Amino acid sequence: MSDGIVARFKTRLGGFSLDVNLQLPGRGVSVLFGHSGSGKTTTLRCIAGLEKVPGELSVNGSVWQDENQFLPVHRRPLAYVFQEASLFPHLSVRRNLEYGYKRVVPEQRIISFDQAVHWLGVKSLLQRTPDRLSGGERQRVAVARALLTSPKVLLMDEPLAALDLRSKNEILPYLEDLHDTLSIPVIYVTHSADEVARLADYLVVMDNGGILTSGSLTETLASLNLPMKMGEEAGVVLEAVVGERDEKWHLARCDFPGGGLWARDLGLPLGHRIRVRVLARDVSLATQALAGTSIQNILPATIEQISNDAHAGLALVRIRIGESPLLARLTKRSVAALNLELGRSIWAQVKSVAVIEKG
Amino acid sequence: MNFDWQPVILSIKLASFTTITLLFVATPIAWWLSRTRVWYKQALAAVVALPLVLPPTVLGFYLLLLLGPDGPVGQLTQSLGLGLLPFTFEGLLVASVFYSLPFAVQPLQNAFESIGQRPLEVAATLRASYWDRFLTVAVPLARPGFLTASVLVFAHTVGEFGVVLMIGGNIPGETKVLSVAVYDHVETLEYPQAHILSAGMIGFSFLVLLALYVVNGRLHRGNHL
Repeated sequence: MSDGIVARFKTRLGGFSLDVNLQLPGRGVSVLFGHSGSGKTTTLRCIAGLEKVPGELSVNGSVWQDENQFLPVHRRPLAYVFQEASLFPHLSVRRNLEYGYKRVVPEQRIISFDQAVHWLGVKSLLQRTPDRLSGGERQRVAVARALLTSPKVLLMDEPLAALDLRSKNEILPYLEDLHDTLSIPVIYVTHSADEVARLADYLVVMDNGGILTSGSLTETLASLNLPMKMGEEAGVVLEAVVGERDEKWHLARCDFPGGGLWARDLGLPLGHRIRVRVLARDVSLATQALAGTSIQNILPATIEQISNDAHAGLALVRIRIGESPLLARLTKRSVAALNLELGRSIWAQVKSVAVIEKG
Repeated sequence: MNFDWQPVILSIKLASFTTITLLFVATPIAWWLSRTRVWYKQALAAVVALPLVLPPTVLGFYLLLLLGPDGPVGQLTQSLGLGLLPFTFEGLLVASVFYSLPFAVQPLQNAFESIGQRPLEVAATLRASYWDRFLTVAVPLARPGFLTASVLVFAHTVGEFGVVLMIGGNIPGETKVLSVAVYDHVETLEYPQAHILSAGMIGFSFLVLLALYVVNGRLHRGNHL
């Protein structure tokens, strides 16, 4: 029995053609990332069975769809969180939560009512009707309602896209927590690079109904066919721990495999797991370690790949520091002037680092 | 003045039976029309709406032929030992159901369509089967449509005249409903009796429609989300 999620769909819907071949890990968060119209939501709906298109799908060894069978949506042990919370307006929050819960036989319930209510912090909302909730509250209820079916896989279709920034920040920590509390795979659709950086373990980049690239978060972000599409958001996300704190200057060193980067100290204890996001535009390259610079982070690296960027004057350079990749956005004139070429040792100057706290 | 209440009671009985029957007949039709994408959908919708535009006499005429001793339905009812339907209360009920069908189907269809696909998809991902979704999501969300349909069918049936005359005739206690009784009273110049029934009908109809608008206005406000 194969582990993980294996999905293959191929179809034409109107003027749009979908052709995907996915192999997602059996746990952690897989993010389907792409512009609107790239086919990410359609793919998610195919996995849920909400769209019936030719293909194959198996989840942790059990077949949900192949040439001979198509398990209807309500028989698939999945949970789906839609972009709009879509609570039933005729039911109270409690009855909304109970809707799916009651339809799962007690022996198959893994998540108890109280557990879900506690995780998503919706206890005080139980007696209310959906029209008396804020956007963030509604989406939390929707997530709790979905989890109460004790799913084998959690599908989320841009659950934050319809929310304002405040509601987003209110609900993101809950999603990050779920990541650690749930042992089931999560497939998360988004067009937000920020959500990718915060939530993804595995990244699938979609474009035009197909898959552009996929793989672990760090390597996928650093694979050069993607950053061109990401514009200003091009960059990598590294898994790191807090390695040292400089209390005098309020800085903390974030150690990643191969090096360390100094960033603002968020007050996290030593050894705390974090993610650091380094944008390509914040990385510059030098042939010598410069003295007399304000840049704190200067690291030895090797050049791994150089490619064109979206603008004719710009190049994207992938460098490696130990095991970890970084991207640098340079002008082509600099590439020529510094005589940058593959395999060359170089100094990377990192101007800015964003630390993402993990739940 | 000797006033006969029997036509009033008969009208109310006929309207109640028609309403109940139509809720069962029209709901699946409306549900199907609201969900299907087959090419002949519009043709079927037009057939359902025919009684809106046809003169009641045309409808009555064909029903009479269909249900009569030589019609297919008439032969069936006879062979089942049910006798013939025309000029009975049951025949009147059948005719009323046809005559008021669009008044039930259209509000229900609108209500089902306005629910959209999303709540039903949500219910499916929450493990509800097709009929489970229909009963626990579609029907409750279509409540304003059910209310409108019931009230319109009831009121429309109380007001029907042409079809009754064609199919039911004028048999006291069996098919002589209120509207026919008014006609009778006027024919025989019994104006006071005609006044009582007619003025009563106007008041009744006004109250029914008023109640409908008030209640539906409230439901719509309450359902905003």
